Amino acid sequence: MLDNLTQRLARAMKTIRGEARLTEANIADALREVRMALLEADVALPVVREFIAQVKEKALGEEVVGSLTPGQALVGVVQRELTALMGGAAAGLELAVAPPAVILMAGLQGSGKTTTTGKLAKHLKGELRKKPLVVSCDVYRPAAIEQLKTVAAQAGVDFFPSTAGEKPVDIARRALEHARTHYHDVLLVDTAGRLGIDEPMMKEIAELEAALAPAETLFVVDAMQGQDAVNVAKAFGAALPLTGVILTKLDGDARGGAALSVRHVTGKPIKFAGVGEKLDGLEAFHPERMAARILGMGDILSLVEEARKGVDEAEAKRLAEKVRKGKGFDLEDFKGQIQQMKKMGGFASLVDKLPAQFAQAAAQSPQALDDRALARVEGIINSMTRAERARPELIKASRKRRIATGAGVPVQEVNRLLNQFAEMQKMMKQMQKGGLQKMMRAMKHLLPGGPR
Amino acid sequence: MFSFRKKSVDPAQEASWFARLRQGLRKTGSQLAAVFGDVRVDEALFEELETALIASDAGLDATRHLLERLRARVVRDRLETAQEVKAALADELARLLAPLEREFDPTVRKPFVVMVAGVNGAGKTTSIGKLAQWLQGHGLSVLLAAGDTFRAAAREQLAAWGARSRIDVVAQSGGDPAAVIYDAIAAARARGTDVVIADTAGRLPTQLHLMEELKKIRRVIAKADPTAPHAVLLVLDANTGQNALAQVKAFDEALGLTGLVLTKLDGTAKGGVIAAIAQTRPVPLAFIGVGEGIDDLQPFAAREFAAALLD
Ligand SMILES: Nc1nc2c(ncn2[C@@H]2O[C@H](COP(=O)(O)OP(=O)(O)OP(=O)(O)O)[C@@H](O)[C@H]2O)c(=O)[nH]1
Ligand SMILES: Nc1nc2c(ncn2[C@@H]2O[C@H](COP(=O)(O)OP(=O)(O)OP(=O)(O)O)[C@@H](O)[C@H]2O)c(=O)[nH]1
Ligand SMILES: [Mg+2]
Ligand SMILES: [Mg+2]
Repeated sequence: MLDNLTQRLARAMKTIRGEARLTEANIADALREVRMALLEADVALPVVREFIAQVKEKALGEEVVGSLTPGQALVGVVQRELTALMGGAAAGLELAVAPPAVILMAGLQGSGKTTTTGKLAKHLKGELRKKPLVVSCDVYRPAAIEQLKTVAAQAGVDFFPSTAGEKPVDIARRALEHARTHYHDVLLVDTAGRLGIDEPMMKEIAELEAALAPAETLFVVDAMQGQDAVNVAKAFGAALPLTGVILTKLDGDARGGAALSVRHVTGKPIKFAGVGEKLDGLEAFHPERMAARILGMGDILSLVEEARKGVDEAEAKRLAEKVRKGKGFDLEDFKGQIQQMKKMGGFASLVDKLPAQFAQAAAQSPQALDDRALARVEGIINSMTRAERARPELIKASRKRRIATGAGVPVQEVNRLLNQFAEMQKMMKQMQKGGLQKMMRAMKHLLPGGPR
Repeated sequence: MFSFRKKSVDPAQEASWFARLRQGLRKTGSQLAAVFGDVRVDEALFEELETALIASDAGLDATRHLLERLRARVVRDRLETAQEVKAALADELARLLAPLEREFDPTVRKPFVVMVAGVNGAGKTTSIGKLAQWLQGHGLSVLLAAGDTFRAAAREQLAAWGARSRIDVVAQSGGDPAAVIYDAIAAARARGTDVVIADTAGRLPTQLHLMEELKKIRRVIAKADPTAPHAVLLVLDANTGQNALAQVKAFDEALGLTGLVLTKLDGTAKGGVIAAIAQTRPVPLAFIGVGEGIDDLQPFAAREFAAALLD
């Protein structure tokens, strides 16, 4: 598995410890590591080149302050520049036009346009309290119109019927007219997937754009896309006045370098991230997290965000604070975490958010990810008294037996839980010392029933 | 024995996909083609070759491996012109890919059960539609199983493909993919059908419960016929970057893959990641997808693929 960039840079820059400034000579090796890390993350080569040049320029002469090593100082520069390149704060939809505001979807085959149309419609109707209408101009893919119809029903939004025998631009005009006369404030137009080099198809979507004058023309990109992202983005950017990008399938474990490539080529903000097949799998895009993900630093922030969603916010904050401080975290809190985990859809959905290194480790112990194991742990904690939960060191042999009987598990399982908990506490102390890497190593052993 | 690949090679058709692939690559102003002017063999040339391989998604390791071999060869064979170096690289690439060339022979069992899996939107359903047509073209009867019971209109999509080649599709309105596929195998046996192809819902390997579901589908298929599935194909999108490696690994671990299908090679993506796959986890590449039409499926041929990639 890939090393964390921080680690790699530390290795590359060992030789230059103690130098007070970043110089051309002392960062050459480290920059090569950055280049490799970005390429492994699928950032397109021309973009990598430009980025490295930029980092070099910014880094040279930078003072290595305080206790930082030159490696750490360079990581700082890299992350800062990457975040800046990824764009500012999350941008929403710009629909401030005379209604109906049109949103046109565009992208390669299978990138997620139809699903994302459904997600946006749901978002518009729910959070933004709009009255959206969706229509499919995909007259090519078998059952594409049927797919959008089903998705619209799932989103609870109005669907404008079309047929495969019509011309896309005719469908679009009729839908726009219908939206106007039926007081829909937003019209979402799904289109067929197309290749950037398919001239008739690119011409077709340019015509759609001209007929609809959309408020938003969104380019839908698969987060797993590789080096070709630059070529595709160039082609779509040339054919259409894009207003934004949506990055889909971020719930996978791709590092997502295409985000950087597309952003760099189009210059347009990435507005949303697709994080699931279901219609609620749409999130605001966070440049700084994406930067960390591309660099292989994991998506810790998303984890925190997830913890916040649908879960008692104050409780999450209290836990986060405890985790941060690494003290006062007791079995009661542990149980609280398990409950929250359940609310978040169990382990599987959580693992999606973890750094690649950890997700990998987790995947290697499948039994560890069994939600039933979680339920057993919860059962054990439930059989403890309040005092025992607060001070696990109280739990000696006879208490262990009582707890085991109460939870209907063998005593060994109680032992295991207590050991795991002790490790977890230790880990939290490490985390407090800032060792993300150490924490991830420690966490491997923490999953209930996981390897020891 | 029934030789599948040989039969399929219709030179006119072969030339046409090759031409399309080449045309696709050319339209991007293919970096690979651009570097082979009449340059002398020097460091700059190697650097540019490295660039070109990386830009095709070959990945750092496979690129390094190929260039090391190329360097050795340039010295050994005293290659002098860029043209010679180009030919040598194409040859090295073809050698790396050659082990992935494997005949797809569905006549060893009846019914021959094919399970198709892959990440979301890779081209599974479309490839099944094309494969069914291809098999039919080789005189085999086919039955399709609509094992994607999750995605909106997935069943209707497969049914439309079946209708195009007048092939029956077994589907249920209910939600259990394993049951649908089990039924299809039973039906195929009763009817004496040659091949059953089972579609499954797209899934990302991070969705561990869905990977478990796939394993369950495989187990249920084995209940219908202990020797089945006879082929387990992973569909990969040629646009995919290095994550394709993780996909091969995860699906192989869950299912034991017998082959790959690499789709969307008619675009500008070069599918170079297959070189990385050949190097780290060589699962045979059964077919390549070169378009959205029903005939846009071809058996993989390493040498032609390498040539098209470097053209
Ligand atoms: N896991 C995951 N799957 C997604 C996401 N977005 C879309 N998908 C899945 O990706 C596949 C393709 O999505 P579609 O919405 O059909 O893609 P499309 O761009 O409309 O495809 P074409 O119309 O054929 O070009 C489906 O299986 C979707 O469920 C996402 O954010 N996460
Ligand atoms: N250009 C091109 N497009 C392809 C090819 N193969 C599939 N597609 C397109 O890719 C899109 C997705 O194909 P599907 O067959 O629906 O993919 P899938 O893997 O079944 O998707 P899910 O079931 O949603 O996971 C469709 O628009 C197909 O037409 C190919 O070889 N070339
Ligand atoms: Mg679609
Ligand atoms: Mg499908």
